[in-house]
Amino acid sequence: MTIQNRYEFVYFFDVTNGNPNGDPDAGNLPRMDPETSKGLVTDVCLKRKIRNFIELCYENEPGYEIYVKEKSVLNLQNKRAYEALSIKPEAKKLPKDEAKAREITAWMCKNFFDVRSFGAVMTTEVNSGQVRGPVQFAFAQSIDPIVPVELSITRMAVTNEKDLEKERTMGRKAIVPYGLYRVHGFISAKLAEKTGFSDDDLQKLWQALQLMFEHDHSAARGEMVARKLVVFKHQDALGNQSAHKLFERVTVERVNGDTAMPAQSFDDYRISVNTDGLTGVTVEELI
Amino acid sequence: MKNKVRLHIWGDYACFTRPEMKVERVSYDVITPSAARGILSAIHWKPAINWVIDKIYVLKPIQFESIRRNELGGKLPASKVSGAMKRKSVEGLYTIIEEDRQQRAATVLKNVAYVIEAHIVMTDKAGEGDNLTKHLEMFKRRAMKGQCFQQPCMGVREFPAEFAFIDEGEALPQCLLAENDRQRDLGWMLHDIDFQHKNTPHFFRAKMQDGSITVPPFMGEEVVS
Repeated sequence: MTIQNRYEFVYFFDVTNGNPNGDPDAGNLPRMDPETSKGLVTDVCLKRKIRNFIELCYENEPGYEIYVKEKSVLNLQNKRAYEALSIKPEAKKLPKDEAKAREITAWMCKNFFDVRSFGAVMTTEVNSGQVRGPVQFAFAQSIDPIVPVELSITRMAVTNEKDLEKERTMGRKAIVPYGLYRVHGFISAKLAEKTGFSDDDLQKLWQALQLMFEHDHSAARGEMVARKLVVFKHQDALGNQSAHKLFERVTVERVNGDTAMPAQSFDDYRISVNTDGLTGVTVEELI
Repeated sequence: MKNKVRLHIWGDYACFTRPEMKVERVSYDVITPSAARGILSAIHWKPAINWVIDKIYVLKPIQFESIRRNELGGKLPASKVSGAMKRKSVEGLYTIIEEDRQQRAATVLKNVAYVIEAHIVMTDKAGEGDNLTKHLEMFKRRAMKGQCFQQPCMGVREFPAEFAFIDEGEALPQCLLAENDRQRDLGWMLHDIDFQHKNTPHFFRAKMQDGSITVPPFMGEEVVS
């Protein structure tokens, strides 16, 4: 059964001494809004982590395949072998009739979690080869301006033989000492109807948001932790409130009111949710 | 009831991609009629109706920002899916992001707000029970309650659009454009795509006068395809 309610969520995560999302335009420095100096994490960065988490946890469960994969979480060798044996490339480009195209789309939705939740573009020409998923993320933005720190590091080895006398090479690493990020998400019940995004899928999505950073540790990321997940559930499939009015109910303050000093940990922040006078919307704090 | 709705929309970011610069996306200076139609349709739409955009009010200064992301280069071929369907197995049906990665920059708008002024026309799919008032009222009811079919977006889905209905007689939100920015020739801009005729794009000469852009009729003389 597909979800019957519209949802919005506010999700907080923080980073300590790490780079949550590098900017390819700025030599992999943490992404920043140039005007406000607030840190950014793109929607696609978070969706990547959700995909990785689902793949990690539900690899063998039917219907929870992931279409857009990353090598690091993939048991590639097995699958490569399988692929070599069974893939028969077809010459035909695209199903001409719409019914066939729809069948393909439905099949992809049924089998792939990421297609069902985030959508996917499949082929061109026939419009129905495009799936718009119910789950939509905006960019994550840090609460306060971030101050990235660039660290120089050394390695006691060299890659090339000709550099042998150098004995060591140097590298750079950019980190955010501390940053709390906030992201808004939307889940449309009506689009879920079209892709078959179910209550079970929703639970897995919440689970991914709660646990995905636990399975994404690396040298670059530092310590990233999911801190809060506030879910707004509308009674009506179309919704009972404007999204922005719900988001405004989640406020973040500095505990001692002191914003002159950069925050050092999550303890410096207080997140509150105002649930007064909400009609038709229930609030749940999953973290 | 007059056949006219006004919707206030705003968002932190927007990307109304210029078709000539779509690989490394560059946004138009303002929202296109096509994107505005999409926003209205995200709140209410039926095959019986079509939204026609009449006017776009630009409420905030036009500012850009650049964002570069790792994107996927390829699309999923239908033949690969039908092959997997025949085999009744999803093994091997995936794409590896590292092998098909494209790094693309997007020059997007920042901190945008508009008012869309539009009306409804009935299409030939309209049944007996369809009339303008019904659909206008449905739209109004939904927009006032913050309801939508899906959260509308500012050109791309990572940039959600917030919206508020502006009722008849209600004043428009304040325009924060500098006085000398209110008259501006925005050049040729996408009007919309003609889906009836092989998805032909139609363009018009967008001119901002006193902070608003009057959108010519889709099939009008000012519009070229």
